[in-house]
Amino acid sequence: MAKKKDSVEKPDAGKILLEELTSEPGGQHSTARRIWRTLLVPVLAIFSGLVLGAILIAVTSESFYTTWGVSPFEAIKAGWNEARIAYGALFSGSIGDPAKIAAALQSGDGLEIRRAFNPIMESLTASTPYIFGALAVALGFRAGLFNIGAEGQLWVGAIFSVFIGYSITGLPAIIHIPLALLAGALGGALWGFIPGWLKAKTGGHEVINTIMMNYIAFRFADYLLTGPMQRPDSFSPVSPTIADSARLPKFFAAPIRFHLGFFIALGVAWLVYWFLFRTKWGFELRSVGFNPHAARYAGINIVNSTVLAMSLSGALAGLAGTNEVLGLNHNLAQAFSSGYGFDSIALALLGKSHPLGVVLASLLFGTLRNGATRMQVVAQIPIDIITVMQAFILVFIAAPAIIRTIYRLRVPVDEEGVSIRGWGGD
Amino acid sequence: MEPVLELRGITKRFPGVLANDKIDLTLCKGEIHAILGENGAGKTTLMNILYGLYEPDEGDVIVRGEKIEINNPRDAIGVGIGMVHQHFMLIPVFTVTENVMLGQESLQYGDFLDRASVAERIHQISEAYHLEVDPVCYIKDLPVGVQQRVEIIKLLYREADILILDEPTAVLTPQEADELFKIMHSLVEQGKSIIFITHKLREVMEFADRITVLRRGQVVGSTTPKEANQKILAEMMVGREVELGVKKGKPKIGEVVLEVEDLMVIDDRNQVAVDEVSFDLRAGEILGIAGVQGNGQTELVEAVTGLRRPLRGEIRLVDTDITQATPREITELGSAHVPEDRQRDGLVLPFSVADNLVLNTYYLAPFTHGVVLDQAAIEKSARERISEYDIRTPGPLISVGSLSGGNQQKVIVAREFSRPIKFLIASQPTRGLDVGSIEYIHKRIIEKRDEGTAVLLVSPELDEIMELSDRVAVMYRGKIVAVVEGDKTTKEEIGLLMAGVTSDTKEASESLRSSKS
Repeated sequence: MAKKKDSVEKPDAGKILLEELTSEPGGQHSTARRIWRTLLVPVLAIFSGLVLGAILIAVTSESFYTTWGVSPFEAIKAGWNEARIAYGALFSGSIGDPAKIAAALQSGDGLEIRRAFNPIMESLTASTPYIFGALAVALGFRAGLFNIGAEGQLWVGAIFSVFIGYSITGLPAIIHIPLALLAGALGGALWGFIPGWLKAKTGGHEVINTIMMNYIAFRFADYLLTGPMQRPDSFSPVSPTIADSARLPKFFAAPIRFHLGFFIALGVAWLVYWFLFRTKWGFELRSVGFNPHAARYAGINIVNSTVLAMSLSGALAGLAGTNEVLGLNHNLAQAFSSGYGFDSIALALLGKSHPLGVVLASLLFGTLRNGATRMQVVAQIPIDIITVMQAFILVFIAAPAIIRTIYRLRVPVDEEGVSIRGWGGD
Repeated sequence: MEPVLELRGITKRFPGVLANDKIDLTLCKGEIHAILGENGAGKTTLMNILYGLYEPDEGDVIVRGEKIEINNPRDAIGVGIGMVHQHFMLIPVFTVTENVMLGQESLQYGDFLDRASVAERIHQISEAYHLEVDPVCYIKDLPVGVQQRVEIIKLLYREADILILDEPTAVLTPQEADELFKIMHSLVEQGKSIIFITHKLREVMEFADRITVLRRGQVVGSTTPKEANQKILAEMMVGREVELGVKKGKPKIGEVVLEVEDLMVIDDRNQVAVDEVSFDLRAGEILGIAGVQGNGQTELVEAVTGLRRPLRGEIRLVDTDITQATPREITELGSAHVPEDRQRDGLVLPFSVADNLVLNTYYLAPFTHGVVLDQAAIEKSARERISEYDIRTPGPLISVGSLSGGNQQKVIVAREFSRPIKFLIASQPTRGLDVGSIEYIHKRIIEKRDEGTAVLLVSPELDEIMELSDRVAVMYRGKIVAVVEGDKTTKEEIGLLMAGVTSDTKEASESLRSSKS
């Protein structure tokens, strides 16, 4: 074992990706075994979450109680049936109904085909802000920083980009879109820079300061939307609509809302990976994240690293808001974020703070969120069940000991933690 | 002598490792039995089996003639086996009394703690065994040596009569260690039996009644200090011939490399830690800084390496003023630093060996082109270092945290020594290492000196200082109290200087100890 090939040709990106994702560097185990060990807990956590969700659906359904009088066995059957219908709706609402897809393809009718494929496209669309947000938090984790301020940074990013979107007209899209994206990233970066600078220069803890920056951002947005940025002809707190040239292009006609943002998110995920694991800045950032003492001793400038990490994290969160504004809403309204920035914290953990893991986790949550809508319509299951289910999954991820106990897994010798330093940490 | 404890054929396997291989051991009543072995020889595993933390795969434990099973520490305490771990199991914000009674609280009026009777019992124990300690003190206010006494009292309070001490001197100053040995003698005189785990030969020769040597999970032999000597023991431990004491020739002294002038440095609590220190260090010589830990050596090193801003004074490295320089600027002038705490300052444990080997050169060619790291170059250089410095690792991509202490230190040495350097600071370069690694690292340091590097060696281990240094500077309370020629001094002289050489040496060393906590 362990004797690796002596060749020193350039290692391919895939191999390195795997190396980084599967926490134990080095060739102690076979590739398959390492993938297995990395994925085991998340997969079992998701599975357990789904099972618990099914039980919850069953025992909260009306038929479960009406048949309970007949016999408990009947009740279990009825509950099982409810859960089956609910999960069926969840699947067809998030991925699509195979029968419908087949029928639509056969009919050859464009609208029908788009309708049949809409669920999965909508799931990808719903995942996009999660990807940006979770990348933001993950990058912070890698640098040993706990960025709880993604939500605020997302808001500021949205404000900046929407302003560029509606205030400038007459630009070609090829210039207007990048400009608006850049403005969004810049807004988020600014909101991340402030707590980063405070942390580096004064030691003020980023957890406290990012939470406070969130409040400032929310109220700042309220002020803008009811004042300077309010649409002139509107009584509700909504910004003007952005110019067509600033809108992220869509690829299909209605009802599919899927837009360029998804591909930008994937591109940015790759960029974050490249930055973290392939550049000297990423090396510095991760060194500081794991062991600031050793980093300082090795001559790494911790102040710069911290400020850079928080600014970049903020920029990514800003892009999450920008994506929604430029891709879907085309304006800024008070309810535009359903707490993407906060969910992102959980997703960064679920994805083990690795860009690839983060993308997968975001896809899962976007899909669940999207399917839940249909589940509510078809099976009359409240959408909140999905929130509870997601919470279960995250509890299992955050407390892997539960999963290991349930499934009697052995504890790995060297479990890699996410590098967050504790409260008032040094 | 009657045996109180016997181990027969103890075997313990971990995935991929045979940690203990059919180990037999007999402990007699009233003896100090040293278990000697390098790191990773299986000493701690064996003791953890005895203490019920691991279950042996094979073998029997016999206490006072009776075969027993120990499934957890409670069972062990039940049959009178107690253990003092290398890292103490004390709660810093609790008092001595509270720590001693923890888990076995003495109660009165229902559920109220009865501190008074426990304190009384602690007094009795301290008198009986010369374990001086004040029961009302908080653990966090006590020096390490006293904390260790509290650990021993905890065991005696639970009426243990077989005491296991795991590397008890690793954290102690020489004086504290001497205290500990006095205590151990008074314990065995009163019928207790002690198993004492260590890798320090001198201690074994001086204080053990019997010695069992472990190597790679097996007993390689059992002997007594009368029959053996340090060299024989070292060879038993390592399994090959070793050279104790380094051979070094006359230093070829060159020009001044480091000049420190009137340096004043304050520590984290705003106390003056380095007080108007001046010295010169020349190319090709080793200047040892001796002193009991906590006398300003750490702060001196931090100032010279740019990790701490001096309050006053000047530091010049190869004619460049580095008083206000950053660590990177100082490194780039050709200085290398083996830090005092390798896991805290020297390594990023979750990083691979390869990444740690470039921790301070990653941004330079050939490891970085533009801003992009060249993984292939980093790995290639890592392979070279691994073979050149004999780092025992399954590969360059293994995380450094999974290596043994000795190999971790070799990673640091490989990183620091493989650059062209003019100045080397080695702070406690062999702390916690076994004979083989110590020998290796000492050799490398001498090699660097012979190549013309100026070496500043900081160590509280007097033996190390005496063996390596061409000149010795003794630090006491932040001042350099004397600089003596390495071959014209004795251990006794330096020992006295370390204690302050005031009119009343004893008093000075006492107050020194209390100021240390």
